[in-house]
Amino acid sequence: MPKNLKQLSESPVRLTGGHRLCPGCGEPIAVRQILMATEDPVLVANATGCLEVSTTIFPYTAWNVPWIHIAFENAAAAASGLEAMYVSLKNQGKIDPDQNYKFVAFAGDGGTYDIGFQALSGAVERRHSFVYVCLNNQAYMNTGVQRSSASPLGAHTTTSPAGRVIPGKTMVQKDLTECMVAHDMPYVAQSIPGRWRDLVGKAEKAFATEGPSFINVLTPCPLGWLCDPSETVDISMLAADTCIWPLYEVENGEYKITYKPKEKKPVEEFLKRQGRFKHLFKGEDGAEIIKGIQEYTDRKWEALLKKAGEA
Amino acid sequence: MGKVMPLEGNNAIAEAMRQINPDVVAAYPITPSTEIVQTFAKFVADGKVTTNFVAVESEHSAMSACTAAAAAGGRVMNATSANGLALMWEILYITASLRQPVVLNLVNRALSGNINIHCDHSDGMGARDSGWIQIYGENAQEGYDNCIQCVAISEREDVRLPSMNCIDGFFVSHAYEMVEVEEDAAVQEWIGPYKPVRPLLDIKNPYTVGPLDLWDYYFEHKRNQLSAYPNAKEAIIEEGKRFGQAFGREYGLMECVDLEDAEVAVVALGSTAGMCKDVVADLRSKGVKAGLLKLRVFRPFPDAEIVAALRNCKAVAVFDRAASYGASYGPLYSEVAAAMYTRGANVPCVNIIYGLGGREIRPDQIADVYGKLNDIKTTGQPADPVSYVGVRG
Repeated sequence: MPKNLKQLSESPVRLTGGHRLCPGCGEPIAVRQILMATEDPVLVANATGCLEVSTTIFPYTAWNVPWIHIAFENAAAAASGLEAMYVSLKNQGKIDPDQNYKFVAFAGDGGTYDIGFQALSGAVERRHSFVYVCLNNQAYMNTGVQRSSASPLGAHTTTSPAGRVIPGKTMVQKDLTECMVAHDMPYVAQSIPGRWRDLVGKAEKAFATEGPSFINVLTPCPLGWLCDPSETVDISMLAADTCIWPLYEVENGEYKITYKPKEKKPVEEFLKRQGRFKHLFKGEDGAEIIKGIQEYTDRKWEALLKKAGEA
Repeated sequence: MGKVMPLEGNNAIAEAMRQINPDVVAAYPITPSTEIVQTFAKFVADGKVTTNFVAVESEHSAMSACTAAAAAGGRVMNATSANGLALMWEILYITASLRQPVVLNLVNRALSGNINIHCDHSDGMGARDSGWIQIYGENAQEGYDNCIQCVAISEREDVRLPSMNCIDGFFVSHAYEMVEVEEDAAVQEWIGPYKPVRPLLDIKNPYTVGPLDLWDYYFEHKRNQLSAYPNAKEAIIEEGKRFGQAFGREYGLMECVDLEDAEVAVVALGSTAGMCKDVVADLRSKGVKAGLLKLRVFRPFPDAEIVAALRNCKAVAVFDRAASYGASYGPLYSEVAAAMYTRGANVPCVNIIYGLGGREIRPDQIADVYGKLNDIKTTGQPADPVSYVGVRG
């Protein structure tokens, strides 16, 4: 059973306040919820990105757990190394056998969907026991909001700008969660910081999993999404309510939708709250793109319902 | 006492790794170092070591996993060559900066392009500024001995730097030689147990490894790192002596062959130095005052010691088995010449580029170089500061 709010509030603080992430950033909310989901000792491997640079500006650190950053594309490989040494020393009787250490890799969508994908795929194939968390804000926010393969259709970014001829990103995002399901992982999930019970529950399952697990968390970025910092949690919930970002999990190949909106909202509800889609609401071309986003969202949602045996 | 057995260079290193029994090995195969890892994998499969062997999906991940595993708190090794080292490049700097004592067995091979799997030193030379200790062995015995010494050198508390144990691809890696292999227990006793420094697995004392380091501290951290290299030089000398006391084969920063009264001398790395020894012996028998400086340690670069060894020569040739594209000279020459000039040694030096992509060099070609040095001794001026030996056209 997921912990209740009171229990969560009593959990050890593993990412402290005083870090320098932007106001309204979805990442620390997700990280704190995830790290509250286990009482076991946790070691963190962090890819280069907003979370890394903003929480560890020397001589300060916001981390209360052993933490390592090596580079951008290797959070999964670094976590492999930590876990490999743990397994080795434990097998040799050099580590307390009663302690059950957990390993977490945090990376953004750049370090996961793109440059870090190979290392992630390799580490998962090797079946290291670790939780990989993608903090997905759908662009390279740390370098100034460039498009990634997680950026959705129509999104304005600095390398897919909305101009007179090209209206933002012209391709849909890579479906990384399904790529990870295709790795036959024991546990794969998608969540948002807005539904804390959903996210913490999934993190608990991920930590309890033997072998690799993967959680893709949509973390709104006020800077890149051009939205109000106070609306981070609401906008993440709209992503779930429009089914643009369905909340579901796959345990040993079994799909389960963990949140089914009572009334599926149109995608405009999610898009119109963000400046990165502002150009789509001007003129017919934009309307066409929104229509395309709706069709894509519906098709993916229907397919998910089928996989979960709900259609 | 150890026993003498026929071993390829790669298997000699794998044998040393078996005896060292590292906690983690993470590696990805690449010619000509492949056999090190596959022989070691068999040791793992047969339960001859307690190592957790991680067969990663790339060299980039190999070095990433090794760096993190070392930071976690244990002994870590791997092996690679050429493009594999190039793919590790980004992480090489980080391993050294994080002061993790990883030992990498580097079987030297040409860097593409065009693709070539044979020996030259372009891989090691390319990584010369990454902060790793680099020790070049002449033969399989030295590959074995240096592998063991690298562990002790890297793990010294005043060093804590990663090291590369370099041997020449194919010429050493795939050639059988008689190698004296020490007793397992003696090797274990010589290296001693691993002493972790602030291991990440010490969960009671969490700390942050590899933070963001801006203009206000980065320079001081780099200066601190730079201060470890003189310590590394001392450590290499001390561990080389200690190795000699234990096993009878003593090592230093370099090996000087007939240099005391040499008028003409060459500087060489790796297996070529072995051939130079024969040429020197032959020339000496003919009355030529020839000498050889076999450089063992390229990083940290022992400039004072090199100048002391060469300053009384009348002419010197520096052999580079790598080119430095766009520079006027090969990498080893540039550093030797800079050391000579800086320390006021006015000896004419020439640069010999040879052996790229596995092109062999013959004793008569080396003897020719000594002949040219004899001319320079007379004229005082080299006709050509750089020459390419063994290349057509």
